[in-house]
Amino acid sequence: MQCQICGKAPATVHYTEIVNDKITELHVCEKCAEERGLHGVLGQSKVSISGPLVWMMDSMSATEEDKVGGIQCPVCGMKYSTFKETARVGCAACYEAFRAQLRPVLRRVHGSTRHSGKSPSKDGAKYARRREIQKLQEELDRAIQHEEFEMAAELRDKIRKMEAALAGKKRRGTPKAE
Amino acid sequence: MTSLAEMAKQPGSWLDGSGPHSDIVLSTRVRLARNLQSVPFPTRAKAEQLAQMLPSVVAAAKKSSAFAEMAVLRSAEMTQQDKQFLVERHLISHDFAENSKVGALIIGTDESVSIMVNEEDHLRLQVLCSGRQLGKAVKLADKVDDELDASLEYAFSDELGYLTSCPTNVGTGLRASVLMHFPALVLTKQIGKVLQGITQVGLGVRGFYGEGTEIIGNFFQVSNQTTLGLSENEAAMSLERVVNQVMEYESKAMEAALRDAKVQIEDKVWRAFGALRYCKILPSRELVSLVSLVRFGVSLGLSGLCAIGALNELLVLSQPAHMQKRAGRDLTAAERNVMRAELVRERLWRR
Repeated sequence: MQCQICGKAPATVHYTEIVNDKITELHVCEKCAEERGLHGVLGQSKVSISGPLVWMMDSMSATEEDKVGGIQCPVCGMKYSTFKETARVGCAACYEAFRAQLRPVLRRVHGSTRHSGKSPSKDGAKYARRREIQKLQEELDRAIQHEEFEMAAELRDKIRKMEAALAGKKRRGTPKAE
Repeated sequence: MTSLAEMAKQPGSWLDGSGPHSDIVLSTRVRLARNLQSVPFPTRAKAEQLAQMLPSVVAAAKKSSAFAEMAVLRSAEMTQQDKQFLVERHLISHDFAENSKVGALIIGTDESVSIMVNEEDHLRLQVLCSGRQLGKAVKLADKVDDELDASLEYAFSDELGYLTSCPTNVGTGLRASVLMHFPALVLTKQIGKVLQGITQVGLGVRGFYGEGTEIIGNFFQVSNQTTLGLSENEAAMSLERVVNQVMEYESKAMEAALRDAKVQIEDKVWRAFGALRYCKILPSRELVSLVSLVRFGVSLGLSGLCAIGALNELLVLSQPAHMQKRAGRDLTAAERNVMRAELVRERLWRR
């Protein structure tokens, strides 16, 4: 086998990468491997880091693509078609703008569409309250299922009160570091 | 903070071989991807916007105890060699080295905590620990993240968590990885099965230098791929479970190898040690495989070799940019091979 970089010398250095069951192989000669340094072998070939992500989005049909390609983020102006090429969003608001298209992708990449890790400290209290509401909602569903209507009414009032409190509170500004 | 030439004399403390299970696990790395709410992400933002935000990140870092000693290196002021040096030290990525124009690297005390500013995300906070220390690394990253968060407003949504440039990082933005050495699994030809198993449980395997690099010298880097739907601790713990399992396989493979071919293995290890101590020309690839063999000997408990820390040190210091920094000039590949052999001799004869 010849070196895949210079195409002259026989390939003696073999590279294999397995990510998400996708196998990438590269065979190069000692000289090319040495010249690119220990680790630079793939430096030039621009392997897409988000290969699996791009691949998953490609499963969309051409007509669907035409329809959504023109969707644009109102904040940074990024088009969905550009996002598809680069697999990088332009700003925080892109997640909202491309929400419908991103959901199935996130589900396939992560197996989930809901964050369950930490949150910024200033949002922490708000986030915790929201989680609490979620929990009460589950209790309410259970109570209704078991026909415990008195309990259900109590829970419903509690949830309403908490939701009102949460909505009334504006996100407070953060002092910027100088 | 010392200069890069000063740094080139020794690796960061996270490779000193002092951490738990250092014979099999070289190091543990945790990185958090973070972005600021008010600025478009680096691939989309204007250069001025990115340049303007750097001071606020530096100011935020100054308030963190992890950056009591701090160096700020701007990519615009880095030479090609500086960049390669920092890549070799695992402080910046290839992508940053190649493409960053308005980026910066903020290095904290002893290089175990650092922030890459304006790579594909505004901040990439990195924590490096010696040996297998996932719990400690995640905790430290979390603490520094909280300290930074006190003065920065991160892009965050309740639903999707920390918003990142690439949707593969959204959620916790956490990538934990463990760098390991599995010579016995390779020798007993079981490594293929093990790697396949690792990828089947949703983890990634890569070479020594991370994303897009080859696996050489029996060094493997295993990392989590999922960042949404799992908490930071859950992600780290499920990675740790797999790491422990593979370490157990490696120990079993070691036992089997010793049972079936003790003398042959000892012969290989000592020949490698001899070659390292006596050779005059040493290409980097050969160094890595010889170091791997000697490392194998040390983890098998053969006495009279050298400390694990010394071997880790060789892997880092023998890289091209490190040698050129130490020499204070550019070196050809042939010159490097001679100097590499000198470096190894000097280190391995020093008791």
